Amino acid sequence: MNKELSSDFRENLKKLQAIDFAMMELTLYLDTHPDDSKAIEQYNEYSEKRKDLKQKVEEEYGPLMLKEKNNKENQWEWSQGPWPWQV
Amino acid sequence: MWTYEKKLQYPVKVSECNPKLAKYLIEQYGGADGELAAALRYLNQRYTIPDKVVGLLTDIGTEEFAHLEMIAAMVYKLTKDATPDQIKEAGLEGHYTNHGVSLFYHNTAGKPFEVQHIQSKGDPIADLYEDIAAEEKARATYQWIIDLSDDPDLNDSLAFLREREIVHSQRFREAVELLKDERDRQKIF
Repeated sequence: MNKELSSDFRENLKKLQAIDFAMMELTLYLDTHPDDSKAIEQYNEYSEKRKDLKQKVEEEYGPLMLKEKNNKENQWEWSQGPWPWQV
Repeated sequence: MWTYEKKLQYPVKVSECNPKLAKYLIEQYGGADGELAAALRYLNQRYTIPDKVVGLLTDIGTEEFAHLEMIAAMVYKLTKDATPDQIKEAGLEGHYTNHGVSLFYHNTAGKPFEVQHIQSKGDPIADLYEDIAAEEKARATYQWIIDLSDDPDLNDSLAFLREREIVHSQRFREAVELLKDERDRQKIF
């Protein structure tokens, strides 16, 4: 059975998805406009902004990507559900 | 290499179990203009495209896998609780016989994914025009599915995907212009 996730988690995940979406948009834009300093500045701002949200999401859900520290001493968090299509 | 991020690019919600909608959606999973075809097309073309657009093909190709996962999440949610009667009613008994409720890379008519759906010409302009056409065809397909669907939650996610096709098409058009500029600069009179 997958663990239940709080409404706070869902709210924070949504916010993180919104930031990551903005960063994806800026990434594709910068791929074709690599010298637009304003877009680079925005990208860097979002990169800072996402750190705090990512931490909040991961505190409850576990790591979003591998190579992060496993926080529980005796449980491998990565393979614990729910998986994204089960959330 | 690639790494997996354990979240969807955009939330996927469905209002109710509805295998009929899943049958339409599978077109964007294993169909000619679907997300699998898109990801494979761009990630294959990038090795021989001019350096200026390798980043774009890499990033859009990778985003297509995130879209493939969203389609899979939709199909999963629409079919996981379906009864055999609902499966039959949706015309999915052929799929069910072979695959149960698991996913498979085929189109809405049940034709398996074919690699002929994608092209690789080794000519940057030919390849990028194919990419623009692919995005426009995928955009049109999303529109037809939205027209057929009466699930407001699902349509919200589908509208997101439809908009992504427009942005990708726009970026590919810019890539064509970048390459044309570069070509014109290289002409010596």
